[in-house]
Amino acid sequence: MGKGIIEVFLEYWPMFLRGLVGTLRYAFVAVLFGSILGALVALLHLSKNKVLSKIASVYVNVLRGTPLLVQMYIAYYFIPMAIPALNSIDKVYYVLLALILNSSAYVSEIIRGGINAVDIGQTEAARSLGMTATHCMTRIILPQAIKNILPALGNEYIAMVKETSLAGTFMLYELMYTRTLLANKYLIWQPLFIIAGIYLVVTLVLSWLVGLMEKRLSVSD
Amino acid sequence: MTDRTPMIEVRNLHKSFGDLHVLKGISETIYKGEVVSIIGPSGGGKSTFLRCLNLLEVPEQGEVYFEGTLLDPKGTDLDAHRQKIGMVFQQFNVFPHLTVMDNITITPTLELKVPKEEAEKEAIELLKTVGLEDKANEYPRKLSGGQKQRLAIVRALAMHPDVMLFDEPTSALDPEMVKDVLEVIQDLAQSGMTCVIVTHEMGFAKNISDRVLFIDDGIIAEEGTPEQIFDNPQEERTKEFLSKVL
Ligand SMILES: Nc1ncnc2c1ncn2[C@@H]1O[C@H](COP(=O)(O)OP(=O)(O)OP(=O)(O)O)[C@@H](O)[C@H]1O
Ligand SMILES: [Mg+2]
Repeated sequence: MGKGIIEVFLEYWPMFLRGLVGTLRYAFVAVLFGSILGALVALLHLSKNKVLSKIASVYVNVLRGTPLLVQMYIAYYFIPMAIPALNSIDKVYYVLLALILNSSAYVSEIIRGGINAVDIGQTEAARSLGMTATHCMTRIILPQAIKNILPALGNEYIAMVKETSLAGTFMLYELMYTRTLLANKYLIWQPLFIIAGIYLVVTLVLSWLVGLMEKRLSVSD
Repeated sequence: MTDRTPMIEVRNLHKSFGDLHVLKGISETIYKGEVVSIIGPSGGGKSTFLRCLNLLEVPEQGEVYFEGTLLDPKGTDLDAHRQKIGMVFQQFNVFPHLTVMDNITITPTLELKVPKEEAEKEAIELLKTVGLEDKANEYPRKLSGGQKQRLAIVRALAMHPDVMLFDEPTSALDPEMVKDVLEVIQDLAQSGMTCVIVTHEMGFAKNISDRVLFIDDGIIAEEGTPEQIFDNPQEERTKEFLSKVL
């Protein structure tokens, strides 16, 4: 069996810490840019233009209906092959791109759901007052939808924290990548439990924070 | 009170929801200063008709003219016309994330570019007329149903509409709050505001209206003065409906 879990942790904790920081950072980048892109996709999806709406719906279905790992492989191998001009770009960015696109599909559904959850009577009241469609969305609907959207975005971040573990496959320095590094030192099983433990603690803390946020937001109802 | 200037004219309105043919060819003119009540059995198309008047529902056939202009669902001026057509809903639809004050001032400041100060001054005056001036800084969740509906009414009035549409404004209220809201509508009607009111309050309709429309099965089955409709209905289905509700 070799060394114990605690022993390994004490010896290599800077490595795990660096991995954790990588994980949190990649997840943050994915959800941040995924949110911006996802908001655009949601707008297309909700638009009255049937073609735009259909395009958005296909986009969402493809990204949610295929495994993230497959999307990462495609981004990692296919993009530089298809567009040789991009060869000089660090491949880390392709993996990140896959994370962002994947997250944008989920976020767009979160935003769409949040908007649709606002009572249709709010739109009717605003439009019957003569408010423009844009003002109705920005002043009436979104401020109410945000209460549904923010906690769901928090949960999306938690999900992403776990999803980024796939990025280690492509040698992005995140928590799961420490497994590969330590396996080279013949430490096979100890890092797995340490990594699992760290993920668990992090997701529990984040879930607790999301719960707090949910409570804060619902107070104003 | 009416001077026979048409306020809203509809011609041959048809509206379906999927296979359900709800409005089956309604033509009607609402004149300036008129108070028109719409009564009829549930599902007959009263709300749908009312909602067609400001194109919240877009009819697939027929036209709606407001103050002589054809309302175009794709037209850039629809918002401007809607500003002149106030609407009050059964479910109030006040904006829960805005204070009472902001509920009233948001549209005039955004769309009519009324300076905030001026809009607030007017909002206070409006709130006084419905006894809500001390609630200006509250959020709607602190209001009773009747108070919410009075807020919804003054919110519409802040746009200086030429006509007010009411869709069963008291149906969602506890009985003890109905009177306050009806009084507000009555005052408004007596001040000369053109009003179209869908209601199940027959006594109210009889008292307040210049004219009553009985809508059943997607058409105006009968219309006339309150006396004609309530005391001497001609159509069999009008009689049948009234015998059930009176
Ligand atoms: N958005 C909609 N989608 C589908 N069907 C609808 C929609 N709005 C109304 N309907 C249907 O159209 C018919 C007429 O509805 P409407 O609300 O106009 O009736 P109403 O006379 O106002 O009835 P009530 O007195 O119950 O309010 C009903 O059968 C209703 O179910
Ligand atoms: Mg109705």
